[in-house]
Amino acid sequence: MRLELDEDHRMLRDTLRRFAEEEIEPKAAIHDRTREFPLAQFRKCAELGLTGVMVDPDHGGAGMDALSYVIAIEEISRVDASLGVVLSVNNSLYCHPIATFGNEEQKRKYLPPFARGEKLGAYCLTEANAGSDAGSLRTSAVRKGDKYILNGAKVFVTNGIAADACIVYARTDPAATRSKGISAFIVERRFPGYSLGKPETKMGITSSGSVEVVLTDCEVPAENLLGEEHKGFRIALHTLDGGRIGIAAQALGIAQGALDKALKYSKERVQFGSPLCEKQSIQWMLADMATDTDAARLLTYRAARAKETQERYTLEASMAKLFASETANRVAYKAVQIFGGYGYISEYPVERYFRDARITEIYEGTSEIQRMVIASHILKD
Amino acid sequence: MDFTLSEDQQILKATMRDFAAAEIVPMAASLEKREEFPADILEKLATLGILGMSIPEDHGGAGFGSVSSALVLEELAAACASTAVTVSVHNTASAGPISRFGNAAQKRKYLPRMASGELLGGFALTEPSAGSDAAAIQARAIRSGDRYVLTGTKSWITNALVGGVFVVFAVTDPGRGSRSISAFIVEPGMPGFSFGKAEDKLGLRASMTAEIILKGCEVPADNLLGEEGMGLRIALSTLDLGRIGIAAQAIGIARAAFEAAMQHAGRREAFGAPLSRLQAIQNKLADMATQIDAARLLTHWAAYLIDSGAKDFTRPASEAKLYATEMGNRVCYEAIQIFGGYGYSREYSVERYFRDVRVTTLYEGTSEIQRIVIARKLISAAA
Repeated sequence: MRLELDEDHRMLRDTLRRFAEEEIEPKAAIHDRTREFPLAQFRKCAELGLTGVMVDPDHGGAGMDALSYVIAIEEISRVDASLGVVLSVNNSLYCHPIATFGNEEQKRKYLPPFARGEKLGAYCLTEANAGSDAGSLRTSAVRKGDKYILNGAKVFVTNGIAADACIVYARTDPAATRSKGISAFIVERRFPGYSLGKPETKMGITSSGSVEVVLTDCEVPAENLLGEEHKGFRIALHTLDGGRIGIAAQALGIAQGALDKALKYSKERVQFGSPLCEKQSIQWMLADMATDTDAARLLTYRAARAKETQERYTLEASMAKLFASETANRVAYKAVQIFGGYGYISEYPVERYFRDARITEIYEGTSEIQRMVIASHILKD
Repeated sequence: MDFTLSEDQQILKATMRDFAAAEIVPMAASLEKREEFPADILEKLATLGILGMSIPEDHGGAGFGSVSSALVLEELAAACASTAVTVSVHNTASAGPISRFGNAAQKRKYLPRMASGELLGGFALTEPSAGSDAAAIQARAIRSGDRYVLTGTKSWITNALVGGVFVVFAVTDPGRGSRSISAFIVEPGMPGFSFGKAEDKLGLRASMTAEIILKGCEVPADNLLGEEGMGLRIALSTLDLGRIGIAAQAIGIARAAFEAAMQHAGRREAFGAPLSRLQAIQNKLADMATQIDAARLLTHWAAYLIDSGAKDFTRPASEAKLYATEMGNRVCYEAIQIFGGYGYSREYSVERYFRDVRVTTLYEGTSEIQRIVIARKLISAAA
């Protein structure tokens, strides 16, 4: 049982940490305030292969393993959680299902520019009335000759503001109940009937380009059906397994970032005649933060390992996502506490970490959904 | 033991609730979004007597006790936490010390105008390097003829930029330990007084927070509050009382979040039934309600002790503040969880409650300071 990183992964982490601090961090607070989508930073990440980490090099990807992917998302999120999720969505929710379920033609057409970061992908599952209960989605897709006609609206679409294509889940069999009768489609922004609604104004990850995607008689060529007709929900669930590893890594990055900022501050700030870090109250907080973060990292690494070695890794991914996202919130909360009043204003970074952390327990399956998934797995055996 | 409110208090609570629903709730979200000070609301609160609620009746106030004030602040906070902290600081931290430590002339000069809302008050203790460690303040006050000359910087001052009177703490005699600090009544018009820029805060964005910069600020000697060297005592006793106000604020925010979550859970359907039918959600709602009730009981207990003349209410006040503010954060956290993605959107009020409530474990004594205070009281009582 080896729990430390091997030489290659350690080098990757060190390289990405330097890259993130030098190239990404300086813009993070600015983008948070302006809500500008970090397209320039996304392109910089592309140069290092971070836009298609696990995609086969034949399809424009970096061909790295799941552990490398976790390291990449953690290191980017450690300085900018908005960019972390932008990358996670492009990798896990767009490229991964096409690489896994797409046919050769689709892979040739829809992977390389996205994996190379020339284009941006998104994922459209959630609807206004279908969040945790994704199986109740209502967007319809009706076959008409060599096309499908899609109608409906998708909400909270990360990357939506700048996405060139997205994977849309729609009901192809109106008679089938719930999760049966759903299909997945690769839909390009330029297809007739595709439009954007209003951008969401969110508490945190403000620059991740969340927007409503509206499909009004949207014409999608039949060859853009991903996988088999009516079997889309399986793709959605499989995709989310991978996505949850991405969000676990994002949450881990937020936690590590907040911990690092709090550690540094606790050594600098003097009250009652000594630095904060010499007080037991603060030491306890720091100790809990570090322990939580390490445990979250180990669960997330385990999930990445399971993705490499097992056909399904739903349980491992859910546990990692649940624990890491709750950790990110606890750690960011305590980081604000250690900063005191300074933690409550935007001049210091932990205010942003605190807002950014909150979403990790909500999207790609709330903590409540993760607990349902975990319980159903452990009760099965 | 009597856990019921008097008839007057019940009427007060109902009146404030109706007022808040009609006059504050419709404005709260947009004020917060635009970072606009709730001047119109304060004007209406002034006509209701709320800006003078803790000022004695013979100085134009309503003479409310701590329980009544806590009821008012909870109702205000449930509608708009920025308004609640503005009113709390004005009453408890500014008019409060002037009422309790001011001489007759000072009370006559300031309290009626504070009660009428003409003058909004603030409390200036914290400095960039003296937060939790309040005794380490460095602002200096040097006597010069019939004046004191004040120099220093005060940070995180609620009601800065809009306030007309501030109780300011400065060192008059550095060698005297706990008697080195004095309190002064300072007006922004006095020479050498200026405000810094407004802070860009996570929450409470409709309340004004900024630095006060004192550059040789000339304060008439008549404006010394209490005696020289009494500053720390004035500050600490003010904070004891202020903690009830912040506890009530946290309870109000939590209650609003809870009510929003209850309503959402009853309406939102998932898996073929309202959320409120799912055990996971029921557990959350039950925990939220229990914690809100516990916090309110602790707070009313501390307030009741103050109103009945107890000499030492430090530990109950700190317990109320500690528990209510941490509870407030937990409850607002769960409210967002129940709202799911919508809870993260600025369109829904729970997003604001979550940001607003965060500061309550920081200001008027962090949770860590409350724990130290509680532990010291426990240990000295056991000794």
